[in-house]
Amino acid sequence: MSPAILLLLAIGLGLAGWLAARARAWAFRREAASGRLAALPTYHGWYVALWIVLPAMLFIAIWSSLSPILVEQSVLSSPAASNLPEFGFQRDALLREAKAVAEGSAPAVFNDQAKGLVDPYRDAISRFGLLGVLGTLVIAFLGGAWSFLKLKPDFRARTRVERIVMASLLIASMVAILTTLGIVVSLVFETVRFFGMVNPFDFLFGTHWGPDPMSNPENPDPSRFGALPLFWGTIYIGAIIAMIVAIPLGLMSAIYLTQYANPTVRSWLKPALEILAGVPTVVYGYFAALTVAPFIRDIAVAIGITGASSESALAAGLVMGVMIIPFVSSMADDSIAAVPQAMRDGSLAMGATTSETIKRVLVPAALPGIVAGIMLAISRAIGETMIVVMAAGAAANLSANPLEAMTTVTFQIVTMLTGEGSFDHPATLSAFALGFVLFMVTLALNFVALRVVKRFREAYE
Amino acid sequence: MVTVIHPNLEDTDAKMRAKDVSVYYGDKMAIDNVSIDIPTEYVTAFIGPSGCGKSTFLRTMNRMNDTIPSARVEGNITLDGEDIYSPQLDVVQLRARVGMVFQKPNPFPKSIYDNIAYGPKIHGIAEGKDELDAIVEKSLQRAGLWNEVKDRLNDSGTALSGGQQQRLCIARAIAVDPEVILMDEPCSALDPIATAKIEELIDDLNGRYAIVIVTHSMQQAARVSQRTAFFHLGKMVEYGRTTDIFTNPLEQRTQDYITGRYG
Repeated sequence: MSPAILLLLAIGLGLAGWLAARARAWAFRREAASGRLAALPTYHGWYVALWIVLPAMLFIAIWSSLSPILVEQSVLSSPAASNLPEFGFQRDALLREAKAVAEGSAPAVFNDQAKGLVDPYRDAISRFGLLGVLGTLVIAFLGGAWSFLKLKPDFRARTRVERIVMASLLIASMVAILTTLGIVVSLVFETVRFFGMVNPFDFLFGTHWGPDPMSNPENPDPSRFGALPLFWGTIYIGAIIAMIVAIPLGLMSAIYLTQYANPTVRSWLKPALEILAGVPTVVYGYFAALTVAPFIRDIAVAIGITGASSESALAAGLVMGVMIIPFVSSMADDSIAAVPQAMRDGSLAMGATTSETIKRVLVPAALPGIVAGIMLAISRAIGETMIVVMAAGAAANLSANPLEAMTTVTFQIVTMLTGEGSFDHPATLSAFALGFVLFMVTLALNFVALRVVKRFREAYE
Repeated sequence: MVTVIHPNLEDTDAKMRAKDVSVYYGDKMAIDNVSIDIPTEYVTAFIGPSGCGKSTFLRTMNRMNDTIPSARVEGNITLDGEDIYSPQLDVVQLRARVGMVFQKPNPFPKSIYDNIAYGPKIHGIAEGKDELDAIVEKSLQRAGLWNEVKDRLNDSGTALSGGQQQRLCIARAIAVDPEVILMDEPCSALDPIATAKIEELIDDLNGRYAIVIVTHSMQQAARVSQRTAFFHLGKMVEYGRTTDIFTNPLEQRTQDYITGRYG
């Protein structure tokens, strides 16, 4: 019995419970001398329905991950399984084949050895399927009965229902946090493995990057794992070149939109700017690689710079800066708009012009929000992958020349993980260490940005 | 209906003169045909119930209504005989001559010193740091705030108490040496003690600047002003010497308002 059908069953029972409990509450209401209940009949209905559906759902979730294991256990303990090969692909293939036939998703058995397993499989599946249905029914019934017996005229069903709903909201918000934690844990695990092979000091401060996925994994050469050029490339492209583009353009467009644009212009320009944030980064990547990078190289050659590469940090950084503009401008826009009108009036009433008011009052007052926006934009830029993959090149250069090809942390993560090395090779594992460093840096940036925004909010309350 | 002008209102030099001024917000008329002379040497109070247009009228006098896109002003307002709505007039110059203090204290989130120095800096009044220091000190002294803040001029203006903030805003307005100071309910966000200090300050400033104050409090109008105009539903109902308005109102509506029958 598939989980979806069990779920439908539980919901159907929940509906029945809802109706029954509501009817019961109405009956209370008719009998009660005052004609008043502690909660509306609907809440009695919801209380019972939730007590039926939620435990049943929990059971279904556990059961649907548990039952395939139980089925397999039971098949393996059958006499037909005794002559299976002990381990390996063949054993798995036989089991899989028998299972497919038993479930009806494959027409017939090709392998004779699997033939004997089909019937035990079929038995086990129907047996455990029945158990699943029974379990769901029992759990739903117990939950329903227990909650139904609690219904009384003075039962505060509404507060109970609200508490359950609040708990489910809490769980929903925990999902994101737990996912983040899970990501950190998995990264830490692999990073520790990597640092067991390569000294963290060599990794963080070495200046030569060139892991060889074909080398002997037992004895990696630490001098080839110096990630400094990657960190430099990431900062140079994401935090320097991109920000030189994004900060002035983003700020100026925010100032124009909040202070000068009339409502019609604003209602067109603001969404148009926000569309920039919705363009897939791979499209920016094309643009950077096919249009901007050759253009920059041609200009460099035209003004007499030889050896300009067709993949350059400048091209990737410029396009990334354009991509980041909406992040900077929308945060700046919000924080400038949040400066109280009284400040603006106060400055204008002193005889300040609009531009003096912006320069001397609005931007300083909105500065924390603007800074926070910039930090979020930087953390977005240094985590950006597609543009650098397509336009920045793969050479790990420790150079300040923006016309040279450079590489970034994200690019190397892609290269190492999609390379030919085996999974436990230090070259592959280095991707996790790089990811870990990147994660920590962006986490720190976001954390600082949130703190800054929080302080800023307090200033005007 | 025409404004009733008290007969024993003697002619004085008018610093500002409004003639047949009407203000519209979109299609809605907020001020209906108001004419008034603002004397140089007195404090003029605008009183009236909420929504009667007294603040709107005040804001037309230094063109702060320009910041509201839908607002439109008809009629004629002059400052020393010069039309303040003429296209030749620079609104920046106008606002330097006609300062404003708002209902809620609105110091900039800067140091006390920078709050005062703001106006002199943008108008290029001070030549060098010494002169700026002198202006800051003089303005704070006139606003009666110097002794309280002289040791912490670098603290943020927003860290002061509400009453101090409002006096800081008055000092800020004084710093550019205006001829007229408009005050839009300057005490409505303050406690009685801070209010008393502001009223004292208005008395001190009286004579040096032409002062117009919008107030909800009739007692305050009686205490600080020598001229009072009563506004009702966008019209100026009655105008005269404060003592006359409060002791001998000529209009029934004025009488009703000052005796507390409505408003």
